[in-house]
Amino acid sequence: MNTVDQREFPGDARVLEANRPSSKYIDIPASQALRLDCDQLLGPFRIAYETYGELNAAKSNAILVAHALTGDQYVASVNPVTGKSGWWETMIGPGKPIDTNRFFVICANILGGCMGSTGPASIRPETGKAWGLDFPVITIGDMVDAQVRLIDHLGIDELFSVIGGSMGGMQVLEWASRYKERVFTAVPIAAAAWHSSQNIAFHEVGRQAVMADPDWCKGRYLEQGKEPRNGLAVARMAAHITYLSEEALHRKFGRNLQDRATKTFSFNADFQVESYLRHQGSTFVDRFDANSYLYITRAMDYFDLAAEHGDVLANAFKGTRTRFCVVSFTSDWLYPTRESREIVQALNAVAANVSFVEIESDKGHDAFLLDEPELFATVSGFLNAAAAKRGLSPVTGTR
Amino acid sequence: MLAPNSLRQHRVDHLLIAQMVAHGSRVLDVGCGDGALLQLLADTKQVDGRGIEVSRERVNACVARGLSVIQGDADRDLDDYPDGAFDYAILSLTIQATRHPKTVLEHLLRIGRRAIVSFPNFGHWRVRSQLLLTGRMPVNEHLPDAWYVSPNAHLCTIKDFVDLCRVVDARVERAVAFNSWGRQLGTWIPLTAHNMLGEKAVFMLARK
Repeated sequence: MNTVDQREFPGDARVLEANRPSSKYIDIPASQALRLDCDQLLGPFRIAYETYGELNAAKSNAILVAHALTGDQYVASVNPVTGKSGWWETMIGPGKPIDTNRFFVICANILGGCMGSTGPASIRPETGKAWGLDFPVITIGDMVDAQVRLIDHLGIDELFSVIGGSMGGMQVLEWASRYKERVFTAVPIAAAAWHSSQNIAFHEVGRQAVMADPDWCKGRYLEQGKEPRNGLAVARMAAHITYLSEEALHRKFGRNLQDRATKTFSFNADFQVESYLRHQGSTFVDRFDANSYLYITRAMDYFDLAAEHGDVLANAFKGTRTRFCVVSFTSDWLYPTRESREIVQALNAVAANVSFVEIESDKGHDAFLLDEPELFATVSGFLNAAAAKRGLSPVTGTR
Repeated sequence: MLAPNSLRQHRVDHLLIAQMVAHGSRVLDVGCGDGALLQLLADTKQVDGRGIEVSRERVNACVARGLSVIQGDADRDLDDYPDGAFDYAILSLTIQATRHPKTVLEHLLRIGRRAIVSFPNFGHWRVRSQLLLTGRMPVNEHLPDAWYVSPNAHLCTIKDFVDLCRVVDARVERAVAFNSWGRQLGTWIPLTAHNMLGEKAVFMLARK
């Protein structure tokens, strides 16, 4: 990062990353603009991505990992903004369940994101200013269509697998529905085929918190050198509660006080849980763009795979030859097992090849990101069996 | 084929089912347990197999070993499958534990072009004699639990099952009973003798 960049993009490493990603990226020219679900054309646009492992000669060992709401392409490598290790390093790497000695792993920042793929924090070529709210409202399907351009660019006809948790799982389902012949296996984890009313409600609370912050400046905060830090932090705090479970919160914090012996009779963060949430909020603001948060939560709210197929979810998967492995967690109340079961029922209705595992965990929705041995055993067992069917040798590439 | 050694580890009814099933066919194993039958069918007949199992632990173990299995149960989840989705719908030593055996059997016949059902025969002479002599519900190797913890809600005899096949309009294509030593009873002996000497039975059915 040099001084010119800093003047050009006031702010911090995050704003820089949105326009000059440290990762790999492809620029799709205006001539190949993307027709969005809202019927607007988007182009040119950029997809920033990372890869791990090596693509084999037959290009048959590629796994696309789709990230969740606030994830990014740094699935198994250091995030350049936070300096923290990849968000799914327990799952992906040499010898891990998604073994990079064997598979070529691709993870792209979603369209609408803020880590280098085109989104509201990106500079709009026509104006030289950030898109802000002029960015079109996108959908999960649009994110997938944008990923397809990347997969085409990499010369891959069929992905060995598309894997993702939460919103990543929604992308998995959309991939398996829109591009049946390009997905050999699909692993939607802690996901649902539509966003429930309760989930939309939580997202609306988050968006209203952002938009109520005067520093949001009707979405033009980047130009004014401001950021809706408080609003976005509150949004994150509220959302973070939904990622946990009552049991996990109680186990972790109980009613313990934070660095003090007694209550202070004030509105300071007396309780550990308050302090924890404030920390979650402030670290989130350091790495995420507020407008991106609005757009991505909207995309999730709009997601309804059944509605896209005449209100019959099974129609989304008609004729599929993809092998599915659906995973849910017992304590996930944001995307409960019931909703995973609806996916399984729809897949059964078209006699698809489906496995369905509910994993016992008290860690809530976030369990999919955590150290869950049963999740690892499921994913590796499923992938290994599918790899044998696909004729992939046990280990490709170099150690 | 598997080596004779490894075959010996398999249940006799599983081995018989593996003989009945055509190579490369589509199979649904309802109540697949630890996946032993699905694995046997995959290894010996290269079937495209799926399983349903009620126990979460067993489902997870099945998926971890690469079998396509979902957590579910025969009474609730068979409804989801379309007609004729499989060449064989198998219910192995499970029908007695379902809440609605008749509905389950009808679903099997709808989902599979053929249904294969195995069950413990409550008409076996040892079961009869236990009940007759002790006056208590029989407990043995194949019915190991006391009545108040047993998952078996609808025990039947071979004759009872033949009656059910008639009720649901199923054609019996093959019926085999095994004695206490795991040997198949000769097909020439009458039904009443099967019902007395067979400890387990395997039926292959089709819609009429």
